[in-house]
Amino acid sequence: MLSRESSTTLMSAVTAFIYREARLQDEHQYEAWEALWTDDGIYWVPANGADIDPEKEMSIIYDNRSRISLRIRQLLTGKRHTQTPQSRLRRLVSNIELLDEQPEGDIAVASNSMVFESCLRDDTIWAARNEYRLRYVDGELRMAYKKVTLVNNEKALFTLSFLI
Amino acid sequence: MNVVPRASQWGELIRPDRVHGSLYSDPAIFEAELQNIWYRTWVYVGHESEVPKANDYVVKSIGPQSVIMTRDEQGKVNLLLNRCSHRGNQVCSYDKGNARSFTCPFHSWTFSNDGRLVGYAFPDGYEGQDKSKLALGRVTRVQSYRGFVFGSFAAEGPTLEEHLGGARETIDRLVRFSPEGEVEVTAGFLKHRVKANWKFILENECDGYHPAFVHSSIFGVADSAIGKLYGGTSTAVTRDYGNGHTEIDLRPEFRKRDAPMSWFGTTEERLPDYTSRMKAAYGETQAREIMIDGTPHVMIFPNLFIAEIQMFVIQPLAVDDSVQHVTALQFKGAPDMNRRLRQQTMGSVGPAGLLLADDSEMYERCHRGVLARNPEWIFLGRGEKRERKDELGFKVGHVTDEIPSRGIWRHYRSLMEAR
Repeated sequence: MLSRESSTTLMSAVTAFIYREARLQDEHQYEAWEALWTDDGIYWVPANGADIDPEKEMSIIYDNRSRISLRIRQLLTGKRHTQTPQSRLRRLVSNIELLDEQPEGDIAVASNSMVFESCLRDDTIWAARNEYRLRYVDGELRMAYKKVTLVNNEKALFTLSFLI
Repeated sequence: MNVVPRASQWGELIRPDRVHGSLYSDPAIFEAELQNIWYRTWVYVGHESEVPKANDYVVKSIGPQSVIMTRDEQGKVNLLLNRCSHRGNQVCSYDKGNARSFTCPFHSWTFSNDGRLVGYAFPDGYEGQDKSKLALGRVTRVQSYRGFVFGSFAAEGPTLEEHLGGARETIDRLVRFSPEGEVEVTAGFLKHRVKANWKFILENECDGYHPAFVHSSIFGVADSAIGKLYGGTSTAVTRDYGNGHTEIDLRPEFRKRDAPMSWFGTTEERLPDYTSRMKAAYGETQAREIMIDGTPHVMIFPNLFIAEIQMFVIQPLAVDDSVQHVTALQFKGAPDMNRRLRQQTMGSVGPAGLLLADDSEMYERCHRGVLARNPEWIFLGRGEKRERKDELGFKVGHVTDEIPSRGIWRHYRSLMEAR
């Protein structure tokens, strides 16, 4: 167990990290966002509930580190039509909680988020539960895992081509 | 227009090389399509492997109608309409499960999973009532081909095999990729909604003209060989099978490569288990041919798109609202292959797919585009002067030619003119 003091320090570091990640996503700072990942990062957006096995069933996104990189490189071409022009985005992140420590020493964190997207099709609100595993690498917090469980992921969803 | 054309008027909207923009945007035409296409012709509903055990069910659709596909205790597959015969309440609220019966929560009417009404609450009020007249509605005709279950609301008409016609062989070609000869639909569906008419999706599936442009962002960064298949010098062909079924046949290109599994961007060595099972099942020579040729890229009218490694089911909800249901194809007895199929599919398709998000962007922009009234027409004349017949008599053309769209619209017109 962390002491109350170190827990408060950790909470504020984690909160700052999550706010920063949210801002980089909203502002399409793709390379800066990619730099938040560890080398073994997993970016997972399940479909059809929160508990599917991504190794057996289809997810909306289930990217290993190299596919995260591919996704970013595609966006950086400027010819990813669904993001040309880019969605205009602002998201609120809240309910940040430190969860039980992971066996590997990763910091487990959860938050809720609500994203307002305005794009050519229309305006759309996305709401999600986000679960992270964060890790200190060379003194900086990095994401080793981010799972985004959209509240409506059992339904037919419009294109989700910005970084959620 | 908002008035459905008379039978003789469809020809004014559908010409050999162009179609009228209102066909995509007019709500009255959409309603006519539901009657003349979706509630009449054979429509793909689900796959037998989605209900493997007795009493399994899965909720599917035909257009906006909710359809429960069940396997009853006798093992028969039923397509039941999700509507209580009493007051119309939906009797099933879950996507899938295992149930002998469905009890309507409104007044507790209970139906067996073959559709029979087996009981209602306080039966003394229904003295003398013949329960057999109050069964769940059902899709009139149900037939399956190699596990693919289709339904038709027309009591009479072509059989499923007649409807599939020349395209039936593409399904035969597909199932050969399983060492056991069976496709399985077990990976769950992504559901991708687009604010666009369903026919933009239908026509795009075998449009070989767009990939070089719509997908250039991913071809460029993924070091993909797919782009060349759709280039100006490609020997791949588009094909019109009739009955609205269309294909992009990439085999000429894959046969030039003459390398097993090259169609999937891999090699035999990387899939040793799969390769050895295929050779054991089909013999060295035929297994090699199958693994060189690759899986088909075929659009079975109106809603089943077999897209080499995944399958899409197109669902129209309204004139400007459609859902693409998509899942990785899985081949029975091919675990290492199936894993790669799932990984590739997840990267490519669905709301965040590296390919399909861009296609879907085009559907939505086209839909908004055709609301402009000038020019009135969608021009589909590409390759009209260089159409030819293949050895079986089907029309083929260059991979970028609009033979598929012309074939779809010719069949569409015949269905809309029918009474």
